[in-house]
Amino acid sequence: MEIRKPAMAGTLESSDCQVTVEEGNGRIDFSLESSVIHQYGNQIRKVVYETLSDLGVENVRIAIVDKGALDCTIRARVEAAVYRSAGQMDDLPWGGAIR
Amino acid sequence: MKNAVGREIPEEILQATGKEVFHGNHYYDGYEYRKDGPVTRCVIHSGGSKLVDNIHDALVKCGIRDGMTLGFHHHFREGDYVVNMVMEEVHRMGIRDITICASSLGKAHDPIVPYIEDGTITSIESSGVRGKIGEAISNGKLKGLAIMRSHGGRVRAIESGETRVDIAFIGTPTCDDYGNCRGIGGKSNCGVLSYAMVDADYADKVVAITDCLVPFPNFPAHISMTKVDYVVVVDEIGDPKKIATGAAKPTTDMRKLMMADYCTQFVVNTPYFRDGFSYQTGVGGASIASTISLAKIMKERNIRMRFGVGGLTKPMCDLLINGQVDCLLDTQDFDLDAVESVKDLRHFRISAGEYADPFNKGAVVNKLDFVILAALEVDVQFNCNVVVGSDGVITGAQGGHPDTAEGAKCTIVIVPLLQGRIPAICTDVTTVTTPGESIDVVITDYGIAINPRRQDLIEAMRNVDLPFRTIEELRDIAYSIAGEPERVQFGERIVGIIEGRDGTIMDVVRQIQPFAFAQTEGQS
Repeated sequence: MEIRKPAMAGTLESSDCQVTVEEGNGRIDFSLESSVIHQYGNQIRKVVYETLSDLGVENVRIAIVDKGALDCTIRARVEAAVYRSAGQMDDLPWGGAIR
Repeated sequence: MKNAVGREIPEEILQATGKEVFHGNHYYDGYEYRKDGPVTRCVIHSGGSKLVDNIHDALVKCGIRDGMTLGFHHHFREGDYVVNMVMEEVHRMGIRDITICASSLGKAHDPIVPYIEDGTITSIESSGVRGKIGEAISNGKLKGLAIMRSHGGRVRAIESGETRVDIAFIGTPTCDDYGNCRGIGGKSNCGVLSYAMVDADYADKVVAITDCLVPFPNFPAHISMTKVDYVVVVDEIGDPKKIATGAAKPTTDMRKLMMADYCTQFVVNTPYFRDGFSYQTGVGGASIASTISLAKIMKERNIRMRFGVGGLTKPMCDLLINGQVDCLLDTQDFDLDAVESVKDLRHFRISAGEYADPFNKGAVVNKLDFVILAALEVDVQFNCNVVVGSDGVITGAQGGHPDTAEGAKCTIVIVPLLQGRIPAICTDVTTVTTPGESIDVVITDYGIAINPRRQDLIEAMRNVDLPFRTIEELRDIAYSIAGEPERVQFGERIVGIIEGRDGTIMDVVRQIQPFAFAQTEGQS
């Protein structure tokens, strides 16, 4: 998928995360600020890269401010941000690229 | 060298402190020693007054100089002005290398951080620290070591002479011109002065600081004039709104109510729940809720409590008002109802030493049946951490946690299985502050684990309908939801030690360092 315009998903509430995606420089640029970075920084990065790979996103600047979100939440917020950025609000591939 | 809770204590720290590693709770039982004593300047001439004009003059009269240890209490909690006021003057006088020996420090003391950075303060001994002082210590800004010790442990350190307090500053809500201090009355009513009593007994110089001078004699004195050198009157010793707040509203959080209910059900099914039992609880939502639900069952079954201990709050004082407890033993008041209750003749003030000191001839905690506590983390050995936050920064206090946990016959820790994403039940706590041998039961929203050391409690609960699990099962549930946490990445330098009650080393705290991602292929 192509990142067409900057988009955002999620909140800064406890147990949520806010994901921002923008057009990249030909690769994935990942940045993370997290209240649980010591415990789950590597895990969050893994989940984000997996989600982007499932969505077929290879060119993106993705920034996450995490307030202790679980993996399922992080995944959902990344997916939402990417689809918003692509302008796709209908016919979402539930069970396909979105797992 | 590895200690009894499996923590590696580096040789250099043992040498630098002259301390031993923690050998287990009863290592010092029966130990004999001669107590330290204060240098005392006799006042024999008749009449006179101990009033001095200001803190500066008191410091001069006390002979303030580089390298001294200054004592403070924390009865004014987040409303305290005394520590900042004294340290500002010490700083202005250009004094350096001060050790602060406080019963606790909080966010109210953020303003002393610059004095840590510039070398005015080079060591801190406290039950704990919060806010910017914790950040400063964890970032390696304190030149010496921070020593975190329990309320009982602080009394032990001072009585044994391990820590000599040169000058103690005792903020007191009322005082007369001869130094009789009372925790009640005045503008900054805090109820009791329990933590300051050891300072009054053992510090070479004792300065009472008040904002309400009353005519002699301010009796019955909580701290006697016989121990006080000077009295200073200032405009304000604290912010009354932050010293004693209104009673906390009983929680409506279903998760906490459920844990409180588990706790009460557990308590009433132990053999210790009988007429004349004793009880202490903390100020967390679940602890308070469990006190309220316990009171109901006590009434139904016609069971009275002999004594309650605290750290007191409204629900405990209500037991006294309703005739459900014979007496309260008080070391600290958390709300206005508790402060008010001090006037009750069955509400007794006790010193921190009477409360929790392991190095006297027996403290109140040893007579406790139940204590209900909280924790940041509990590991599968039942070790608790109440001091170091999930970001590795010192952000809490031992308080009476290790003292009551060791003393009580049934020590219950209530903790939600997940604190945000952080599993509260884990394989290894970040830092051990209370040893697992002191903890009997852990109550979470996902089930209750009894320490296998307590086969008698496991037996007592055999036919009780509560969700019992092993501590490992609780950890596995937490990890299945949140994922297995990695350990906090610390630097090498040791910035603090966690002292056991008996002065041995329970654990060390290292300087924090910025998180670094693990190296993986193809990822930036």
